[in-house]
This record gives sequence, structure tokens and C-alpha cells, in this order.
Amino acid sequence: MKASPAPVTRRDFIRVSSLAGGGFVLSLALPRAGLAQAAGALDDTARVFTPSPFIKITPEGIITILAKNPETGQGVKTSLPMIVAEELDADFSTIVIEQAGLRDDVGAQFAGGSRSTPDNYLLLRRAGATARAMLIAAAAQTWNVRAGELTTENGRVIHAATGRSLSYGELATTAATLPIPDERDVKLKSESEFRVLGSRVGGVDNPAIVTGRAEFGMDVRLPGMLHAVYAKSPVFGGRLLRANLDHLRTLPGVRDVFPVEGGTEITGLLPGVAIVADSTWAAFAARAQLEAVWDESAAAGQDSPAYAARAAALARTRGTELRHDGDVDAAFTASAKVIEADYFYPFLNHATLEPQGCTAWTRDGGIEFWTTSQTPGPGRDLVAATFNLPKEKLKLNLIRAGGGFGRRLRNDSMVEAAAIALRVNAPVKLTWTREDDMRHCFFRPAGFHHLKGAVDAAGRLSAWHDHFVTFGYNSTATPAPSAGMSPDELPARFIPNYRLEQSLIATIVPTGPLRAPGSNGLAFVMQGFIDELAHAAGRDPVEFRLELLGEDRLVPPTGGRGVPYHTGRMKGVIRKAAAESGWGSALPRGEGRGIAFHFSHQGYVAMVAHVAVSPAGELTVKHVTAVADVGPIINLSGAENQMQGSVIDGLGMAWLQEITFAAGRTVQSNFHDYPLLRLPEAPAISVHFIQSDNPPTGLGEPGYPVVPPAICNAIFAACGKRIRSLPIAKNDLRWG
Amino acid sequence: MAAYPLLVNGTTHTVEATPDTPLLWVLRDTLNLTGTKYGCGRGLCGSCTVHLNGTPVRSCMLPVAAAAGAAITTIEGLAPDGLNALQHAWCEHDVPQCGYCQAGQIMTAAAFLRDHPAPTEAEIDAALAGNLCRCGTYVRIRAAVKDAAAAMQKEAAR
Repeated sequence: MKASPAPVTRRDFIRVSSLAGGGFVLSLALPRAGLAQAAGALDDTARVFTPSPFIKITPEGIITILAKNPETGQGVKTSLPMIVAEELDADFSTIVIEQAGLRDDVGAQFAGGSRSTPDNYLLLRRAGATARAMLIAAAAQTWNVRAGELTTENGRVIHAATGRSLSYGELATTAATLPIPDERDVKLKSESEFRVLGSRVGGVDNPAIVTGRAEFGMDVRLPGMLHAVYAKSPVFGGRLLRANLDHLRTLPGVRDVFPVEGGTEITGLLPGVAIVADSTWAAFAARAQLEAVWDESAAAGQDSPAYAARAAALARTRGTELRHDGDVDAAFTASAKVIEADYFYPFLNHATLEPQGCTAWTRDGGIEFWTTSQTPGPGRDLVAATFNLPKEKLKLNLIRAGGGFGRRLRNDSMVEAAAIALRVNAPVKLTWTREDDMRHCFFRPAGFHHLKGAVDAAGRLSAWHDHFVTFGYNSTATPAPSAGMSPDELPARFIPNYRLEQSLIATIVPTGPLRAPGSNGLAFVMQGFIDELAHAAGRDPVEFRLELLGEDRLVPPTGGRGVPYHTGRMKGVIRKAAAESGWGSALPRGEGRGIAFHFSHQGYVAMVAHVAVSPAGELTVKHVTAVADVGPIINLSGAENQMQGSVIDGLGMAWLQEITFAAGRTVQSNFHDYPLLRLPEAPAISVHFIQSDNPPTGLGEPGYPVVPPAICNAIFAACGKRIRSLPIAKNDLRWG
Repeated sequence: MAAYPLLVNGTTHTVEATPDTPLLWVLRDTLNLTGTKYGCGRGLCGSCTVHLNGTPVRSCMLPVAAAAGAAITTIEGLAPDGLNALQHAWCEHDVPQCGYCQAGQIMTAAAFLRDHPAPTEAEIDAALAGNLCRCGTYVRIRAAVKDAAAAMQKEAAR
């Protein structure tokens, strides 16, 4: 076999042409030898300007910015360095972006809660501004002029009075000798001076992605690396009783097969069988021949029909009261119109297109990881605790992930890779099969809502009762992860009579956060039932919602815990979504528009969906208008991409997706029974931002919850069919 | 195990594999061509799309024995000297989010545009219906394919 040439990695690309304006061409790909020289220079600390971990400037003029957080497709490898580059006043297209590993000097490194932007905005601006101030000071010293006479532009310090200028590279060695000023003394740009922030910048890895050279978690290769799979009990957490391990050891390419005892903590190392082989396929093929008997004693009663029956039974009882404002029962008696409805949303799998996996290498008394974790710090802690290893002996490289959506907030694949690597005397890459990934997840929990609502004689929402039946993990006392509901959930705080009751079904299903956890199911229920009440009152659904929100004001969280709700910002996005979508204009028979709004992750989002339903019940989503107020936008292209993706993701979820359980195990296994939306089903999407002066927040999550209710409300407008149970595909939409 | 001659991106390699080994894993694990992705292993997602004698195929379902002797093109070999019109359009439209599916999308689109140089939007939708994008970049994929087609036509007219 001939050796293939070494693939070029992202680090080999220096992008030199214009990135701004959406144009970016791979103009120069340096061979490794070319960068080695530059890398050598980076290590020469006396010459190189490194005012913080985020910035390195060499005398040769190479500016490197550290991308601190895990990149899972949310765009932070591009957007966070843009914040640094803005205050540094450097040409972003010439900057080398370096992905950080897990380290202790750059603040928290995680991808979750849409927190990357709000948590790092000021930190990174100050890092850039500090470096710029020092480069100005270096120039002032060089020219013996006052710093106040100097300006910067595109990586140069300029003395306009004499027409002189020096590049940041030319100033690097002098700047490296200067004291680092207190960041509080460093002046930040005003937003009107921004050149980078708010512009459209393509993803820094795009040239590598479109040529197949970007390195994802599954692409990691190390010398002498082996390949592994890890088979667990199909009934969650079951212990291994016996298996045909001796047979598997005889199969082609198999190096080692061994059981792992594991523990009982569902987010930790679970019992399983590790198969280590020369290739991924050899490991997969051996896994297909695994015959294992697991302890399945926990499976009894753990299936989806039983959950539904239990929820229906609980609905006839009183749940634990989590909130009661006013007198709901009296309001129902006094109200003009009272309606009741049962809503349901199913369990979901994140279904990242790159399945879970991790590469690990045990050596020098520690383990080095190449991980796609969204929470590498807690991942390291989990490995340290599980194997009683000192944290300092665990090194984590953060590798681009083929999607996160919250799945990689859990570090199960990392701790499994560690268990295998500790036994194998070589680097080993653990790869989950798609089937493993579909069946073993921290699923978005299903929820049942038994609702009763009323409108008064004036057509206003006057009373609301929700008996929320959700899940506890092996418990009927505490909601499972991401299965709870805030007693502040809309319309609480906005109407005089509101009651929330909760009942729990005990489950062995692992649950956890999925994109906009909680909100991603609740918005469907609340915005759907509000729509029902608007129609019951004979009111326009937009006007009904604006009235519910009331005067422009900041509504505080109950008891001071949580986040205040700015009604003016929400009404702003609702009004804009209505205006941009042509709300109220006539549509042909069988077509309709639906509106929904939701506040989550500090983001205010409203959407109008325009759908058509044929008399035969075929759904076409024609257009979605999405409006968000998340403060100023960092990267306009990335921000629009996140909103477009949220619409597609939310539509696919609402229309098609459901995870069910039978006898304690996941029924679905791959994309044939857990479909994703396809290109022909994708609607046209218009995205608008209201760029208010509020602090910027993230966009990975807040759009997603709004899509299902906007679609379902549009379906009602189109054909009179009210969707109260997801996915939509299970509903009969025939009409006429 | 048997030896198979594979012509990949213009270079012949002889690889040792069991005959049922999918081409995908030979490309990734043996030839280190990791641009071709594993997403489902059942021909359901299109992430593993490569060209076999110019035709897009799912390499996760194609046994290496069946690929021997054919001309195989992977994303790494699509435009060996830079970016072709599709790859350029993908960057212009900033299509990727996570990026994992994009090699498969581009390989499918490349074969499609060769046979349909001036496609309608409906034809683009149908051609790429078998390539899943979990992040939901479809509206950008649609626009990028359209632009690439126009650019290729312009180039051809010169």
C-alpha cells in the first residue's frame, strides 16, 4: 500500500484574502515546514508579544488569536476571536485562529446555555483593547511622541501628524517589553467604531470543511492508534451477566475484548463490553456478533404506552401545587369562555450527525484526550473521579464536533474512552455506532400538560390551570434533568389567576438538556393553548398576545430568582414578525399563518409561519419569518445561520421526531425511524434582528422553541386542525 | 483478508481488507482520507458520499470488493489544486455550521451539476434530498448550488 500524503489541517491554512463581505478564498496553504518556522518564532517569548493567553503577535507579523471554547457548529471559533480582533483593531482575514485546549487561564470553557457570547464579550474586548494600548505605547516610545497622537487601523499604528506608521509585527518586540496595564484603565471602543463586529464573516474553518480537511472528533489519527466500540445494556444501566467474549476475540482485526464493570451513576461510566480492533470496521463487525445477557430487571413497566396511561391517570388527580395566583376556580366559574386541552411532546434524541466518540492515550502516568465535549472541564473531573487520577495528569485537546445540541454536555464517551485507554497500551479512538448513539442518550424528556383556560367577557385571558405530568429519574419526588418547569413560565406573572400543578412518573430513561432545554417543549404548549384561547375569544392571535404582555416594562422573576422579562422587547419582535410576514393579508383556502413567541437564554424571539395543508392532509411549510432581539450581533452571517438552522431543526423536530421506549429500551435506532428534515421540506426563511442596546447574548438556542408552535398555529389557521400532540406527522390533517 | 487495488483520487493503492469492509472505512482508517464521514452506516444520511466512476455512491454501504478497479473520487480529490465552483460558493454563502455533512453534500451536488448544468430549485431540492444536514443549513445549500451552477455556466461560456 502506498503511503498517502499527510492531509493538510486547519493550522496549515493562512487566510490572506478578504473575509469580510462574505468573500473568502483559500489563497495560501503553507506546507508544515513553512509553519514550523513560524511556530518556532511563537515560542521565542522574548521577541513575541503575548499580552494575554488570547493574543500572540510575532515580529514577522503573524497575529494569532486563541479560540477558547468548544466549537460544535454554533460558530464560536469565529465569533469569539472577532471580539478580540475588533478591539485589537486588526484585519480579521489575516489572523490565524488557534483552537485552545482545556487550560486554566482563559475562564470557563464550555458550549452551553447560549453563554459563550455573554460570558466572554467583555473579557475578550478587554484582551484586545489591552494589546492595542500596548502596541500604541510601543509606537509612542519608538517615535518619541505622545500616545494620544496615535491611532490604529487594520493592524498598524499610525501617526497622522508625520504620516508614519508601523505594523503590529514591527512593534511586537518593543511591546513585549512593556508593562501590561490594568485592564480597567484600558478604554474600549464605542460601538459606533466597530468594524469587525456586526459584519458578515465566514466560518474560519470553512475552507478546510469544504475540502474535507477539517478535523472532527472522529477524524483524529495518532501513531499506532487502535479503534474501539463500547457496547452497553439496551436496558439503561443494566449490568453485564455474560457474553461471548471469547468468540469475539477470534474475529479478524480484533485486538482485545473486555468487560468494564462500571457503576450505577447514569452520567458516569456504565457497565459495558469494550471491543478494541485494528480498524473501526473490525470493531463494528465484532460488535454485531456480540451476544450478551444483561441484567434487565429495571425494565418492567418502562415503556411509552405505560407512561401515557400513567399520565392520563395522574391527570384525574391533583398534583403538587407549584404556584397559585388569584383564585383560578372562581375565575373559571365567572369567565365567559372556558376551554380544556391535553398537550403532549415526546422524548427526543439530539442525533448529532457525528456520533459520540473520543480518542484517548494513556502515557506518562496520565491520559491525553481528543474530545468533542461541550463541557471539557467537568469531563476531566469525571475521569479524575472515576479512575482516581490527579487532574493535572489529564490533558484535553478540544476538537471540532459534528454537532452538539446539548448531547456533548455529558461526558459518557470520554469516560468510556478513558476506561479503554487505561487498559490498551496505545492511543485508542472510541467510536459509537449510530445505533448506539440513538439508543443511549440523555433524551429530551417528554411532557404531558392538562390545561384549562378562560377568557373574560372583554376577550382577555383571565385564568390558566396547567397540570404538568413529567418524569423523575427513578423518582416521583424530583423532576429528572431538564424535565422540570419554572413556576414563572408564561402566562404566569401576566394574568391574575394562574395555577401550576405537577405530577411525576418514575422512569429509568436518562434525560438531559437538548437545545433550549425546557423551553423546547413548553413553548409549544403555552403558545398553542394561548392560540386556542385567542380563537375562543374571537380575537386576532397577534393582538391577543400583545395585550397579554401589557405595558412595556421589566417584569421581575418571582422571588428574585431568574431573569427579568422585558415586555417591550418581546412586543417589538412580535410586531416586527407580524409586519414582515404580511400578517393579516388574505391567503388562499388551505393556507394559513401562525404566530408564536418565546423568551429563553436572554433572547426574545417571535416567528410567523406560513403553511399550506392540502385537503388530503399534506403539509407544506412555505415560509418562516423569524425575528430576534439578542442585543448587538457579533457575526451577522453566523447569527442568521443559527436562526435559519433553528427553524429547520425546530420544524424537523415538531413534524417528524419521536423517541419511544419498550421494555426499558429505546425503540428507534437510526435515521429511518428517527428522521431529520430533508432539503425539499425546508421552507424559505427570513431572519430579522432588532439590534437593541442590551448586552449581547447567544443565538444557539432561543430560536428553536418558537418554531413548533408557530407551525402548529399556522396549521390551525390553514385547515382548522389543532395540533396538541407532537410530532405533527402522527396527526391526521385531512380536511374539506 | 484479501488485497484490493483501489484507484482513489488518481492514485492506485493496494489495501488489505476483508471483502465486506465498506469502502468508507478503508478510505478513513487505511488511506487516512477522513473527509468522507460516517453518519449512519446504512445509506440514510449521505455523509459518506463519494464518486464511483463519476456516480455518487454511499461508501458506508459499498463493500471494498465492489469498489476495486473503479475510479473513486473523495472530497479531498474533488479539486486537488484549490476550490472548485461549489466549494467556493459554499464559502461565499458561509454554508457550514458544524460542517460534518458538507463533504457529502458537495459530492452529491458536484455529480448533479455535471449532468444538470442549469437546474431549477426543485431539481436541486430533489437531487440533494438524500443528504441530511442536522444543523439545518438547507437554505444556504440551495443558494450555494444555484450560484455554483451559474458560475460554472459563465466559465463554460468563456
